Amino acid sequence: MRKIQAFWRSTVGKKVVMGVTGLIMIGYLILHMLGNLQAFEGAEKINGYAALLHGPLRGVVWGVRALLLASLVLHVIAAAQLTLLDRAARPAGYARKVAQAATPASRTLRVGGVILLAFIVYHLLHFTTGQVHPDFVAGDVYHNLISGLGRPLVAGFYLISMAAIGLHLYHGAWSSLRSLGLSQPKPDPLYRPVAAVVAVVLWLGFSIIPVAILLGWIR
Amino acid sequence: MELNAHIPAGPLAEKWDRHRFEMKLVNPANKRRHSIIVVGSGLAGGAAAATLGELGYNVSCFCFQDSPRRAHSIAAQGGINAAKNYQNDGDSIWRLFYDTIKGGDFRSREANVYRLAQISVNIIDQCVAQGVPFAREYGGLLANRSFGGAQVSRTFYARGQTGQQLLLGCYQALERQVAAGTVRMHPRTEMLDLVVVDGVARGIVTRDLVSGRIESHVADAVILGTGGYANVFYLSTNAKGSNVTATYRAYKRGAAFANPCFTQIHPTCIPVAGDYQSKLTLMSESLRNDGRVWVPKAKGDRRPPHEIPESERDYYLERKYPSFGNLSPRDIASRAAKEVCDEGRGVGPGGLGVYLDFSDSIERLGEQKVRERYGNLFQMYQRITDDNPYRTPMRIFPAVHYTMGGLWVDYNLMTTIPGLYVVGEANFSDHGANRLGASALMQGLADGYFIVPATIGDYLATAKLERLGPDHPAFRSAETEVTDKAKRLLDLRGPRTVDSFHRELGKLMWENCGMARSAAGLRANLQLIPELRQEFWRKVNVPGHGEELNQALEKAGRVADFLEFAELLCLDALHREESCGGHFRVEHQTPDGEAMRHDDQFCYVAAWEYQGADRPPVLHQEALVFENVHLSTRSYK
Amino acid sequence: MTPVAMNLTLHVWRQASGGSAGTFVRYEATGVSPDMSFLEMLDVVNEGLIQQGGQPIAFDHDCREGICGSCGMMINGVAHGPAQGTATCQLHMRSFRDGDTIYVEPWRARAFPIVKDLVVDRSALDRIIAAGGFVGVSTGSAPDGNAILIPKADADLAMDAAQCIGCGACVAACPNASAMLFTAAKAGHLGMLPQGQPERMRRTLGMVEQMDAEGFGGCTWHGECQKACPKEISIDWIARLHRDYIGASIARREDAAVDLSI
Ligand SMILES: Cc1cc2nc3c(=O)[nH]c(=O)nc-3n(C[C@H](O)[C@H](O)[C@H](O)COP(=O)(O)OP(=O)(O)OC[C@H]3O[C@@H](n4cnc5c(N)ncnc54)[C@H](O)[C@@H]3O)c2cc1C
Ligand code: HEM
Ligand code: HEM
Ligand code: SF4
Ligand code: F3S
Ligand code: FES
Repeated sequence: MRKIQAFWRSTVGKKVVMGVTGLIMIGYLILHMLGNLQAFEGAEKINGYAALLHGPLRGVVWGVRALLLASLVLHVIAAAQLTLLDRAARPAGYARKVAQAATPASRTLRVGGVILLAFIVYHLLHFTTGQVHPDFVAGDVYHNLISGLGRPLVAGFYLISMAAIGLHLYHGAWSSLRSLGLSQPKPDPLYRPVAAVVAVVLWLGFSIIPVAILLGWIR
Repeated sequence: MELNAHIPAGPLAEKWDRHRFEMKLVNPANKRRHSIIVVGSGLAGGAAAATLGELGYNVSCFCFQDSPRRAHSIAAQGGINAAKNYQNDGDSIWRLFYDTIKGGDFRSREANVYRLAQISVNIIDQCVAQGVPFAREYGGLLANRSFGGAQVSRTFYARGQTGQQLLLGCYQALERQVAAGTVRMHPRTEMLDLVVVDGVARGIVTRDLVSGRIESHVADAVILGTGGYANVFYLSTNAKGSNVTATYRAYKRGAAFANPCFTQIHPTCIPVAGDYQSKLTLMSESLRNDGRVWVPKAKGDRRPPHEIPESERDYYLERKYPSFGNLSPRDIASRAAKEVCDEGRGVGPGGLGVYLDFSDSIERLGEQKVRERYGNLFQMYQRITDDNPYRTPMRIFPAVHYTMGGLWVDYNLMTTIPGLYVVGEANFSDHGANRLGASALMQGLADGYFIVPATIGDYLATAKLERLGPDHPAFRSAETEVTDKAKRLLDLRGPRTVDSFHRELGKLMWENCGMARSAAGLRANLQLIPELRQEFWRKVNVPGHGEELNQALEKAGRVADFLEFAELLCLDALHREESCGGHFRVEHQTPDGEAMRHDDQFCYVAAWEYQGADRPPVLHQEALVFENVHLSTRSYK
Repeated sequence: MTPVAMNLTLHVWRQASGGSAGTFVRYEATGVSPDMSFLEMLDVVNEGLIQQGGQPIAFDHDCREGICGSCGMMINGVAHGPAQGTATCQLHMRSFRDGDTIYVEPWRARAFPIVKDLVVDRSALDRIIAAGGFVGVSTGSAPDGNAILIPKADADLAMDAAQCIGCGACVAACPNASAMLFTAAKAGHLGMLPQGQPERMRRTLGMVEQMDAEGFGGCTWHGECQKACPKEISIDWIARLHRDYIGASIARREDAAVDLSI
């Protein structure tokens, strides 16, 4: 127990936790994206998929949900604590500071994170429980998508959030591997490009849905 | 004052072992009760503090930098010697001993130097065990290179940062003891006086450089590892903070100062660029392994180097000293450079420079290999001069680099004040009139890791020391002196800055007491230096006050001491009517301009005893007896 | 060869002491030679200040060869200034243009309290070393130097990390004021070598925990440190430290927290 406490107490330990939880969430997102893309194949396909998830695979889904929830909570707590620690480490800032290496992605992790948190909450109330959905029909995912993302405002929020995810992962998918200690052998292997691809694919793969609905490709 | 070197009896090779057996030991249980002050955290001081801590003594260690890791030893580039004979090229303890005696131009003690050669072997083992990343062969064995003044490859190195890596090993050992509570580290603290009670060293007075607080520290013994005094020349390769204060204070308290005129001028430094110049940068001597030194044959040949054909180049070291060529010892190489420049064949602005050319070895070994060996040195050169040494030859010129002279110590490294020990460059011990490359790191670590920790026990075990505290009158009066001096400096508020005085002193020393010294020039200095000193004490401007971080005040104190010490240095140089090693008196040279020693008159250590401000110091002589090597004229031809 | 002199405007952070408040003060540096080092330029400014009865600008420096790690300041928002892999003392004025305006600030981090002007207290780095950054071998107990064979590649890699000069620029440059690069470089140097193996675990735990205790931030992988480092030490060492820390945390004995001090 003390072992785990000590690990969690250290900045390195927290980063490792963020990396692991981040990767878990990335894994989920890849599956989730593939699932969503079935919308292009029509109502039967994706509703069938949903039915499968909510029917025979309930058990698995609950397992996944538990894992995701745990990951998210740990990830967010660690993020918050690290952010506070890092702020405290430089009480007085510089009058001039020119970034030499930090990227927009690395510097927006925190803001992006907050957007993501907001999105996830909204998103669950939107498509999973339906509270914020205008006419939510349990089980008819296809309908929920069309009616839910048909509104430009909602779709816009989704698109912004997807951009946030892309940016977050452009840095995160790479840095998480480093946080887990993967960096050898030099020269730096494929992590960077692979991470970039993951980020871009997820960004586009998710964004295409609201776009398609707005443009009426799916109706 | 009588000088007794306390050299143990018996055959050379057995002296140290026998002595170690004969020395009294401190009962382990009592070690904690003995407090030892170590001033200096360089290789010598740091190694001593760490080792004494390991032995269980109660150690306080002082340095003026903000961390012990920054001691000037960090700057050593080339390497460290050891008689390991790993290369099987005929090296041995005896050869290292012989080379060092000969390199020192027969002005050092046989017994000390032999011990140094013996211990050199253990040093490498110790440093490797600490994790010092010495260069390695593909097979995983330690690599060696050859170094100035030696015909065998006995130099161990870590890229061009040997001193850094050795010091970090030492610093880490020191921090380990700090964590263990045996050593208390006092960084940003400057020793300003030594306190002697009933004839024995009992502590020091320091200034906390941040708060300005003047404090007394009491101990059973004091070790100085405060480095060399090359900055008396203002421009030198030493770190800006290197100073003579600690050793000069000890001298004023009764410790004899030995051979102050034995200073070393290093042949391969980057030439002066302008009068704003604050220090000179060394280009490690190891470069001479693969670089060839030359100047144009014709006077005032201003063509760029690549336009000067082979036939019109004078590789003067190879010409004059065929057997050692570019690897001939420092004093010789430096003087040769001065000669060609005096002949008007020097290169670069002011004609104060010679070429160090790598084109041949780049052809032979390929640029990659050369980059591997000297990459960071080439980088440093390019950064400073803005030319690329892979393309055009380096321009180099001699600069003051090292000081062989220092406080006189006996075989136990104890000064003429009982309980005061001196280690490393601060003592005069092992290098005679000239130090061979890669031998200072060796000596500093030998003194610190192996010698003083053994010999100091003998003193502590036998000395009868009364308990006393910092309120003892001797400490109180020393504190007052120190405080008053600072106050006087701060009250002057004259028109001139400290640096302007330091620069002027440096010029005097370089002109009249540098590479070539004449009686006339030295007499002139003995006239001019006191005048400059008086002007300093009338005209210097030290801004700020004493109870704060005041770098101007720190400098002023150091320069004030240099201004007194410089006189002693010139006096010694004037008295030594011979040329030997780094000390070249123009009156004493062979027709072809080689140094001429006078063993009949000067085969001794000149140890000066302070007599007070208004009286000249008294000279004491320690005769040097050579039973194992016979005195010969050094020849590197 | 005779270089043209430049005139520069400096805005230098002046702060009388740790307690007192600080502010930028403007100075004109005239007749600056491109061959001067940045510190030599400050020397000239200071000489002028003293002559006008002012207080010289305090800054740490010693070797002026880029090896002791004493010097270091933020120059126009970049640690150690514009030149790559160069400590402030080795930065030459030819990196600037005539008429430039230069802001000079001290390292800023909670763990590096300001002492005066550009001088900060970096003793936290010493305490990180004291917390395990060594090989526990006392003088005299060493085997022959060649008894341990070390592949050239490993020795070279260890040397890459060992070059750290402890200047603190990594901390200064890091948006989180993290000391990860410094800590990782030292832990990595010893961790690469056989001599460092027996204490590898406790060293990692000890140094990381001390680093946190000193109040440095964590690593978000911005990579600023690597760019600022005068020895161009790679952030790969930070990844290696993470790896060792994970391993050490798993291997750690439950009571280890107690005896980690050394
Ligand atoms: C550029 C350069 C390159 C060199 N290369 C080599 C080489 O390749 N091989 C070799 O063998 N030698 C070399 N040398 C010589 C060698 O580095 C030094 O002789 C040696 O490191 C001196 O070590 P030290 O411990 O005696 O003193 P230093 O390392 O100078 O340490 C002096 C210590 O004393 C402290 N100190 C000084 N005065 C005071 C005071 N008043 N109060 C408190 N503390 C004080 C300082 O803070 C410092 O910690 C080189 C020297 C230079 C300048
Ligand atoms: C939901 C709210 C979220 C917040 C508040 C958040 C916040 C953060 C922050 C602040 C960091 C940087 C941590 C640091 O280095 O200091 C980070 C890193 C990361 N985040 Fe998030 N994030 C969130 C969601 C997500 C999601 C949904 C994913 C994946 C789908 C994700 C993946 C990552 C990854 C992989 C990293 C890199 C971790 C590392 O470098 O070790 N995050 N996150
Ligand atoms: C345009 C992009 C997205 C669309 C169209 C979309 C669509 C959906 C739909 C329709 C559901 C309900 C499935 C069901 O209940 O059967 C769902 C659930 C979910 N989505 Fe999304 N989603 C998108 C992006 C995201 C993102 C970026 C995240 C994470 C950061 C995310 C996380 C979740 C979660 C956690 C669930 C709940 C899964 C469960 O019920 O167990 N989604 N999504
Ligand atoms: S890692 Fe680089 S920047 Fe950080 S302290 Fe070491 S040398 Fe300086
Ligand atoms: S800049 Fe800081 S965030 Fe990490 S990579 Fe370097 S320590
Ligand atoms: S002064 Fe030593 S590194 Fe800059």
